Amino acid sequence: MTSLQAGRKWRKADEISPGADILINVFFWFYTAICALPLLLVLMVSFSDEKTVLLEGYSLFPSKLSLSAYDFLLRDWLNVVRSYGISIFVTAVGTVVSLALMAMFAYPISRRDFKHRGIFSFIMVFTILYNAGLVPFYIMYTQVLHLQNSILALMIPYLVQAFFVLVMRTFFANSVPYELLESAKIDGAGEWRIFGQIVLPLSLPVLASVGLLCTLNYWNDWFLSMLFINDNIHINIQYRMYKALQDIQFLSSNASAYSAILAQNPNFQLPSETVRMAMAVVGIGPIVFAYPFFQRYFIQGLTVGAVKG
Amino acid sequence: MEQAVRPAQPALPEPGTRPRQNIGYWRKYGVFYLMMAPALIVLLFNNYLPMLGSVIAFKNVNYQVGILRSPWIGWDNFDYLFRTTDAWKITRNTILYNAVFIALNLIVGVAFALMFQAMRSRRMAKLHQTMMFLPYFLSWVIITYLVYGFLNPDIGVLNKTVLPWFGVKEPVFWYTDPKWWPIILPIVNTWKGIGYYAVFYLAAIVGIDREYYEAATIDGASRWRQIRSITIPLIRPVIIVLTLLQIGRIFYADFGLFYQVTRNSGSLYDTTLVIDTYVYQGFIVTGDVGMSSAAGLYQAVVGFILVFVSNLIIRRISRDDALF
Repeated sequence: MTSLQAGRKWRKADEISPGADILINVFFWFYTAICALPLLLVLMVSFSDEKTVLLEGYSLFPSKLSLSAYDFLLRDWLNVVRSYGISIFVTAVGTVVSLALMAMFAYPISRRDFKHRGIFSFIMVFTILYNAGLVPFYIMYTQVLHLQNSILALMIPYLVQAFFVLVMRTFFANSVPYELLESAKIDGAGEWRIFGQIVLPLSLPVLASVGLLCTLNYWNDWFLSMLFINDNIHINIQYRMYKALQDIQFLSSNASAYSAILAQNPNFQLPSETVRMAMAVVGIGPIVFAYPFFQRYFIQGLTVGAVKG
Repeated sequence: MEQAVRPAQPALPEPGTRPRQNIGYWRKYGVFYLMMAPALIVLLFNNYLPMLGSVIAFKNVNYQVGILRSPWIGWDNFDYLFRTTDAWKITRNTILYNAVFIALNLIVGVAFALMFQAMRSRRMAKLHQTMMFLPYFLSWVIITYLVYGFLNPDIGVLNKTVLPWFGVKEPVFWYTDPKWWPIILPIVNTWKGIGYYAVFYLAAIVGIDREYYEAATIDGASRWRQIRSITIPLIRPVIIVLTLLQIGRIFYADFGLFYQVTRNSGSLYDTTLVIDTYVYQGFIVTGDVGMSSAAGLYQAVVGFILVFVSNLIIRRISRDDALF
């Protein structure tokens, strides 16, 4: 068993020398710092005073703290909240629908008695081998399906991922005993019933793992918003963060009011650097909070399942 | 003279029965087709119909008459594409960066995994593993913010704090000077992705039977020797499969990395433009359908060959890990 959770199961050949152990520990403390510090930096800058930041640069220990960045975000919260809503909706609905579609495809091709499962497996696998590229993809969604500015365009491209389908297929084939299905059929159960009441409940591990990965895909996506959304309303939080880095005005729900303020009062300074970082905190926050909870399942899914690459 | 042998006739159905295969098949398996239908529809529109769109590369697309009626120009787009230095540059960039990424993923991944396994304190190891994996879950936009915190020319940590420590007073214009990015991008990519590979290699290492090590210790092998002769050889299959999978995709770059982290700064294109961002720039930004679709098809075909061949090799090594 290669379970990484049960610490007892780790076997070491022999203990390494204390000296080497200290060295390794020091190295990893250093590396952990490298992983944590950039996030801490963003956090600290978001709580800094804008003028201090402009003078002293980004720092973990700003000489002057301030909540003005968050104040700004709170006052003009409409866009950010809207984008959050879009992200949450697309992620939740997309993941659920994706799992359903993929499981319904993976199950038949996992059944040994289904003669034509080879063909359908191939149809799925081929999409990994050959990818027509950006140009036809874009033309399909805009000229043929007319989905620009539609939330569907943010969901459909990630609904069916061949790799996950294969992972599910392997799980169904190896971990759901065929005898169970046979005895259910003898008892008179139809295929839908077998699928819903026997196969799916037994498949919670793979559904959880794939579900997590799907959620990650949807939540972190910004590319689809960039390609397909031209209005200011249907973009998700990642894309809004990206635009905010380019042009801080993008955060403001009312760009024309902002320009008017600027025209009247040229000294009005949007606290852009700190607000940007506050924006980043808002974007990173959920992931960092949820991370300790889901990372265990994620690692389990990676190592126990047939997920390789 | 031999009699011609009559080919065997199929057995006549027994009297009283009829071959019911077809109707029986649909009764039994029709449900499966229903189950697979939604996913198939998605694949049709998302993957298969666009494959037909590859034909755009051979046409001089005029949106007014529509794609179907646009004039056919054969290989002209490709001629034009390969005559520019761009084609060579983007190919070189894509392959070289990916090669460096693959090498780093392997070396750093295995090194980390070995170190994790060697650590005496399980709790510490778990803590560090958790932290190491965190960047994997951040989006490229967030990573761009983090990198920006360091590389901002005026107030970033590097220019304002770190470089002055070393006595460098002049700020470096990170986002406009292309020569630093062949170093920056691999660092960022490894930082983000290493968790994934380290975990894989660690799982493989942990799976090695302890008895090998015990026997080696009895024989007096040093720890280094044990790593060289037991650990590495026994995780070779995992290493090869993971590496081959990456090599198969060597023609595809991570769009987020090259577009977001570089902030799509044009002055960096010499060292940061890859096929994926080139196609994007050409098509979405510039509107040059011909070149970008030619580049896209070029990538799709070469990419296909590489993935296909690498998968064939993987089949030889470890059947389970192959796609087909």
